[in-house]
Amino acid sequence: MSERNAILARIREALRVSATRPGAHAAPPTSRAAAAPVSRDRPAGSSAGGFARWLPRVGAGFDELAAAFAAASKELRTDFHVLEHDAGADTLLGALRDAQGWQRVASHRDPLTTRVAESLGLPVLWTEDGYDPLELERCDVGITACDLLVAQTGSVLVTSASAGGRALSVLPPHHVVLARREQLVPDLPEGLRRLQAKYGEQYPSMISFITGPSRTGDIERILVLGAHGPKHLTVLVW
Amino acid sequence: MTAPATQFKAAAKTLAADLRHRSLIQTALGKYEVKRDEMKARFQDWEGARQVAADIKFEAINHLDRYLEQFVARIEARGTKVHWASTAEQARQIIVGICRDRQARRIVKSKAMTAEEIHLNQALEQAGFKVVESDLGEFIVQLRDEAPYHIVFPAMHLTRGEIKDLFDRKLGDAPSDNPEVLTMVASRVLRQEYVAADVGITGANFAVAETGMISVTENEGNARLTAALPKTMITLVGIEKIVPTLADLALFLPMLATAGAGQLLSGYNTLYGGPRQPGEADGPEAFHVVLLDNQRTALLADAEQRDALHCIRCGACLNVCPIFRNVGGQTYGTTYPGPIGSVITPHLRGLQEWKHLPFASSLCGACSEVCPVKIDLHHHLLQHRRTARAAKPVWWEKLAFRGFALLVNTPWLWRLSLAVGRVGQRFHGLVKGTKLDPAYVWTQSREAPALAGQSFKAWWRERGRGTTDHGGTGPRDRRPGTRDQGPRVTSHESSRNDPGVATKGGTAHE
Ligand code: SF4
Repeated sequence: MSERNAILARIREALRVSATRPGAHAAPPTSRAAAAPVSRDRPAGSSAGGFARWLPRVGAGFDELAAAFAAASKELRTDFHVLEHDAGADTLLGALRDAQGWQRVASHRDPLTTRVAESLGLPVLWTEDGYDPLELERCDVGITACDLLVAQTGSVLVTSASAGGRALSVLPPHHVVLARREQLVPDLPEGLRRLQAKYGEQYPSMISFITGPSRTGDIERILVLGAHGPKHLTVLVW
Repeated sequence: MTAPATQFKAAAKTLAADLRHRSLIQTALGKYEVKRDEMKARFQDWEGARQVAADIKFEAINHLDRYLEQFVARIEARGTKVHWASTAEQARQIIVGICRDRQARRIVKSKAMTAEEIHLNQALEQAGFKVVESDLGEFIVQLRDEAPYHIVFPAMHLTRGEIKDLFDRKLGDAPSDNPEVLTMVASRVLRQEYVAADVGITGANFAVAETGMISVTENEGNARLTAALPKTMITLVGIEKIVPTLADLALFLPMLATAGAGQLLSGYNTLYGGPRQPGEADGPEAFHVVLLDNQRTALLADAEQRDALHCIRCGACLNVCPIFRNVGGQTYGTTYPGPIGSVITPHLRGLQEWKHLPFASSLCGACSEVCPVKIDLHHHLLQHRRTARAAKPVWWEKLAFRGFALLVNTPWLWRLSLAVGRVGQRFHGLVKGTKLDPAYVWTQSREAPALAGQSFKAWWRERGRGTTDHGGTGPRDRRPGTRDQGPRVTSHESSRNDPGVATKGGTAHE
């Protein structure tokens, strides 16, 4: 408690003198003298949604948003498909299973994932009630639901509540995300608004924007996928 | 000269002449610049975004007490334990204490500059824990037993060949120098660590007051795993990382990625608001957040430079800095290199010992121009110079400047020195660039500009005569070059461009 008080006291003492605004250090002295002292109140409406007009432009309507998500996916090397119905997911994942030789699947029970994960005809490790990390480590693919897809950045928003915990979406070498059309939102401000509306004060302990497969450029700034997290990210929407 | 200044000068001298280093950095940063500009162009209004981001950080930092209390109340409400550390020593003790309490043996870490700042790894290792860095770049520099080169790209100074040799030596496994193969070698080693580790330590890029969450930005997924598998999670975060609302991240996350790495958004941007909650599948049983002051409140008390606390550590100012690009990150000998490091290190570690850093700048302003939160970096560097000078002028500098003043204020002395200089420079060639050369500091790596055969004054006098005699036509075509201002240009150039001699000349112009 004492360090807390000491630090807060130092902060309060320091803040008794008001600061120069960033970008104003080069201004002629008169304008600085005229600058009003710092208000202790946050200017109303300065955030909340207003950011959309600075960020990259996105369209409206499912088709435009899906096109934006597809364009971002191409750059990020996410494998993105819009399907007619959930049977399309079985076919697509069946082909991936054969091509990559999947032996073990990990998933969590959710209206979207349960049936699809079982349709692969492989042993499934269900994570929602706890699991052995060593077993998850041996799985070839993690199939999860998500909260939202963000068209602007090609991101998948998962939480520990929506995607079977913290590790399922990041430990297996292939992450498959299943989503419904109405989960696709235009941009980050809208994504965060929906998140707040969905959980209110009861946020899951982990919330993650996943943007493309795991990547690194740490060796000579050359892009390598699958550094620690999944090398492949597949997103299916219907 | 202080020890850090001597070390800086020596390292800078070596690296500035290292062509291999130069080409490596130019290539890496060249790629970055292309992507950064491409992403910036996608913003509808990047400049507008910078202003808003700066305003939000201004708001947060100037009400830091209030937002910190809000952050702590919210994150504790969900079962997180918050610790406050005034000093690096306290932070180390807190973290070592937590690891002991949890009877941990192995610790996995994801990249955290705050941990570098407090030399956490050494403390943990001394206390008997095994610590592994999980970020690939950090893992590489940890194997090499050195400090990160750059706050975002820690191993930027190494070639794939060097990394291959390193892996060969330390891991006994390096089938080729292909970056993909090398990455897989490292990730195989590290996967074992996540599963076996008892404690995971992370840093944080933001702390959200409104919802009580820390936000971690990364590309590899190593921080995600660090925060998922070990039973205990510890996050070390500087008190200045606060943003007021969750919505603010909609702006900060893409700006950080764009400015820092030329990405629209980094691979993983993850918020943590507590340990594993009832009904959740996994996650740590215990979550500790350590709030670090370590002189940040001292910087806060400097109202003029307070905006340096707005920094989101994107690294953009390092990438554009001509000094950083020539002398390299490790030369600084600080946790935070480049322009932002030169601004904050004197606050964090003392101006007297680190005052050479503000002089290691061309004051070109490239840093201030790229900074996503509009910190007036080069103004702060200039201000540090003034303060350093006012605080403690060195006797020989005072003497040198007094001598200089006498020289330029005494016409006969000035004329005499020019005359001597003109004669002297004919013989300069004999000693130029050797230690016998009186201008050695300058000429060891540069050409000395020659004094013109005639001074401006002499020329003017002659021209006046010419005007009377020939009606003002003649001498125009004999206009002397700028060389006539020779000595002044020389001292000016030397103060601006050479970090080595800047300490002497810099103040002459301020
Ligand atoms: S000072 Fe600005 S440009 Fe430099 S690292 Fe901080 S935020 Fe980025």
